[in-house]
This record gives sequence, structure tokens and C-alpha cells, in this order.
Amino acid sequence: MSQPDPSFIRLQGISKHFGDFVAVDNVDLDIGRGELFSILGGSGCGKTTLLRMLAGFETPTAGRIEIDGVDVTTVPPYERPVNMMFQSYAVFPHMSVEKNIAYGLRKERAPAAQIAKRVDEMLELVQLADFRRRKPVQLSGGQQQRVALARALIKRPKVLLLDEPLAALDKKLREHTQFELMNIQDELGITFVVVTHDQEEAMTLSSRIAVMHKGRFLQVGKPKEIYEYPCNRFVADFIGTINTFEGTVTAVDDDGIAIESTDAGTSITALGQHDVAVGKPACIAVRPEKVFIGRDEPSDSSDIRMRGVVDDLAYLGNLSLYRVRLASGKIILVSQQNRQRSAERYVEWEDEIWVSWRPRSSIVLVEDR
Amino acid sequence: MRRQSRLILTVLAFGYAFLYIPLVSVVVYSFNDSRLAAVWGGFSTRWYGELLKNEQILDATFLSLQIAATSATFATILGTMAGLVLVRFGRFRGKTLFSGMLTSPLVMPEVITGLSLLLLFVTLQQLVGWPGQRGFSTITIAHTTFSMAYVAVIVRSRLAAMDQSLEDAAMDLGCRPTRVLFDVTLPLIAPAMIAGWLLSFTLSLDDLVIASFVSGPGSNTLPMVIFSKVKLGVTPDINALASIFILIVSTGLVISWLLLRRRTTAS
Repeated sequence: MSQPDPSFIRLQGISKHFGDFVAVDNVDLDIGRGELFSILGGSGCGKTTLLRMLAGFETPTAGRIEIDGVDVTTVPPYERPVNMMFQSYAVFPHMSVEKNIAYGLRKERAPAAQIAKRVDEMLELVQLADFRRRKPVQLSGGQQQRVALARALIKRPKVLLLDEPLAALDKKLREHTQFELMNIQDELGITFVVVTHDQEEAMTLSSRIAVMHKGRFLQVGKPKEIYEYPCNRFVADFIGTINTFEGTVTAVDDDGIAIESTDAGTSITALGQHDVAVGKPACIAVRPEKVFIGRDEPSDSSDIRMRGVVDDLAYLGNLSLYRVRLASGKIILVSQQNRQRSAERYVEWEDEIWVSWRPRSSIVLVEDR
Repeated sequence: MRRQSRLILTVLAFGYAFLYIPLVSVVVYSFNDSRLAAVWGGFSTRWYGELLKNEQILDATFLSLQIAATSATFATILGTMAGLVLVRFGRFRGKTLFSGMLTSPLVMPEVITGLSLLLLFVTLQQLVGWPGQRGFSTITIAHTTFSMAYVAVIVRSRLAAMDQSLEDAAMDLGCRPTRVLFDVTLPLIAPAMIAGWLLSFTLSLDDLVIASFVSGPGSNTLPMVIFSKVKLGVTPDINALASIFILIVSTGLVISWLLLRRRTTAS
């Protein structure tokens, strides 16, 4: 594999306007060579427009796109070293599987022997060798997707763009395809840029994620960073579920902050340095799986502790989910792994319980910019 | 459930009877030996023989088929281009006007279409000296103008239903926009184009009114000949001619159906 290059793809000040509507708003981004990068966002956030600009189907209103050091801002799609796997797969219905896969090399006027060899390689890679003469309608959705993947990879593009690659597959197949994509990416070392609205898909696939909202990036980082240290409320809410507590800052020091929360009716602490001042409003959040639930009062007094009543609970097999009503009336979500098999549940409906979490699990959320 | 399906079957039988009994009676009477078209005089194929000797009818048939094939071909080319522009070229100035104007020939009374075309040809002749004589070329042009609207409508709906990312995908894989048309777009709308051609062919073969307006002396299409003969009374050779036409048209339909079916099962 070639040298790591942290700005293999470089977007500088990219904007795209459709009339008065701003689809992408002054976005800067560097993607490294060989990365599996995801752009995550809800529908209409501009992620597909961004992908289409990378592919060359749309020209940016402003800004510059570089791939491998070459300015491709105005290069048409048929001359870019980039291939795409479309959401609808866009497999040509009038061509057989092998003709579909060979299409890109045919357009390059590659020698017939080379085309045949590469088609065989690709069929092998996506495990469709037995289906080479079939027409797309005779294939399942998952097989069609593999044709689309092979077709996009045969020209050995510098970048592969994937538009919602798993959206149309059922759950079992999704998981399988997910790992298949990761293996192929690993094997070929091609830079993947994935666009998705599915946070789970982005989390499992990617080396890095950009969370996009209203044409802007809210946060760019590794899946773990985005999940554990969301930079604002939108990101925290979009990725997974979270409990938030509003309050007023009562103490700030080098180790952390404390807020007096009216929601929780108690003081909540968080570690780390944060840009807040005493007396100002702030928000502290905690993920459901970081919260412990129990009948007995937690012994560690540095933990954040609250009393509550189990309002509702759901047994999911591997997990149990609890909705706990605090004394203040606020409902918080708690999830707990079912580590042991027991005939009766430890905590039941309407039980008076304690919830607690460690201060280092608290997340301080700044307001949306 | 059974009663309902029996009712549907009855309605279906009546509907088909209504459509096909006239056709069947034409075919049956074409084998009638009697000179009177409505009186059965025994089985005979003599009217088919008579027909082959009737030069007027043979000439008219040949002319009609030529006009139908030529105008259907032009209509398919022009109509496909119009459909492509309307669906694929995004929004442009006057798009709504253009797409509205395209469908107006479908609802325009034939008498008006025929009259306006006649006026056009007469004016053109005075201005540039063409067409010197009205006949094959003027009828072909007239038929092309109204058939291409049908083709455009069929092609447009097929294109609108087509996934545009197929064209994007071809371009993404290194295909230039003009080649995309031949590699992807045209093969996928081919069924619509074939259907459009067949429809145009039938419409042209069928047309009496417009052709009467724009034809000149000595160029009579088959419907014109039949219509003028029927005014003098139906003769059995007309039945024979009609039967041959039914055979040609149904063969064409079966062939196109088989082609389309093979396409869908194979693809």
C-alpha cells in the first residue's frame, strides 16, 4: 500500500446552492488515503449533494475539490478517478452480470484479454462467478449490489463513493455485507467515502465520521469520539440515545464542572475542562448504558446519584431497557446488560430504585452554533 | 365469488364480441362466392384473385404501406428526440409551453389539422415552389406531424419511469454523455420506441381525413380508395382486402408481443 496521505481528498470551502436553497454550506474536509470515511446525516442535510460533487455530477457553486493532489473541481464524471455505487445500484438491466462489470474497462478501450482477466478477478471478489451470464432481474437485491460494487471497483478507482450502501438490504444481509465491504476495502486499499443516514451503519463501517446537518459539518471524528464526546446536542441526539439535564453552573475548576439541575433536583458533575462560567446555563448528558440501576444506595459518594421509580421496562434478550421516573418527574432511560440468567428480574415495575453514574461518564453539551 | 366471476366472464364475452364480431364477419364474407356482399352464395376464394388483378387497389395499398412505414420512422426519430428533451434536459425556458404544445395534435380535430396543413403546403408552393405536386411527400409529412406527438408521449412516460442513476452510472464509468444515449438510454426505451412506431404505422394506415386534405390527383391512399368504392356499394373484394389487412396487422402485433416478451423474460 502507498504512503499514508492525510489529505488525499481535500475539500476547500465547498458550497452548493440550488437557487435560494443552500444544500452545502462552506464545507472543509480532508480525507486520508485508504480511509473508510462516512458522511452521516438526516435526509436533506446535503450529504448526497456533497457525494455527487465528489463524483462530478454537480459542480460546486464555490470552493475547490482535490483528489490525490489534482484539482478536479470542474472535471466531468467520466474523467475522474472516482467511481460510485448508487443507492438504487443502477445495474444496467439490459446487460449480463459480466457485461455490467466489464463496462468501465470497455469504455477505457482496454485490451480484451485484460478485460476478461479483471472481470474474472472481480467476479471472484464478489463471489458471483456462477452468475456471470445472468441478467440483473434474475438476481436478488444483495447480488445486484455486489454487481454494482464489482462494476465500480474494476477500474481500480482512487476513491469509491457509496450512496446508502446497506439501506435496501434486510438485517442479516446488512451485517454480512457490512463486513464484506470492510474486508474488500482493507484488501484493495481504496479510499471509501460512504453517505448514510443510518448511525449504526456509519459506526461499524467507518474509520472516521462526519456528522452533517443543514449543509454543514457539526463534528468530524472517529466513531468513538463522536459517540463518547459529542460536541453539541444535535450530534449527541442523532448518534444513539442520550439523557440530558439542564441546569446552572455552580462550580468550575481544572478537574471539572458542577451544575445544579432543576430537572434532576440535584447537583451533577462532569470531568474535564469546559468553556463555561459560574452562573451560566449548561447542559450535562449521559448515555443510557453508562447509568447503573439498583435497589440499594450506591456506596461511592463521588457518583451522581438519584432516586427514582421504574416506570416501564423492556426485556430485549441481551439488554434490558428501563424508563425511570425521577422524583422531579423527569424520565430518564437506562439500559443494562443481562449478564446473568435469572428466573426473576432484579428490578421490577414500580420498584423504588437508585440510578447512578460516574462523573467521567457525564458529557457537557454546548449549545448548537 | 363464483357468481361474481360469472358476471365478469359474461361482460368480458360481450365486450370481446362487440369488438370482434364485425371483424370475423368481414373475414367470413370475404370467402363468399356471391357478388352481393350481404348474401351468402357458397365458399370461394375468387375475390382474393380479383383483388390481385385490381391495379387501383394494389397501387393504393403499396402507397399506403410506403407512407405508413416512412412516416412512422420519421415520427419515431423526432418523437423520441422530443421526449428525451422534455424529460432529460432539466428545466428550460418555455418547457411547459413546449410540452403542452406537443400533446395538442392528440386532441386537435383531424379536419383542422388537415386544413391547416393544406394551407401550409399551398403557401409553401407559392413561396418556394415546393411541393410541386401534393402526394407521397405531403401525406408523409402530415402523418409524421401528428404521429410524432404519440411517440413523444409514449417515450416520455417510459423515460420518466426510468432510473436516472443508470445514466449517471454509465457516465461515472467513463462513458461520454453522447455515448450514454446509445449505450443505456436508447436500449432501455427501445420497447417504447417500437410501440410508438407500430402505433404511428397503424395511425397512418388508418387515416382518411388528413390524407384527403393533403393528397393530390393520382395519389390515393388505401382508405381513400375504399371509401370512394363503398360510396358505390360494398363489393366482396373489399372484404378480401380487409381480411388481408387484418392478417397483416395481427401478425405484426403477435411479432411485436413476442419480441417484447422475450426481452422481458431474458432481461
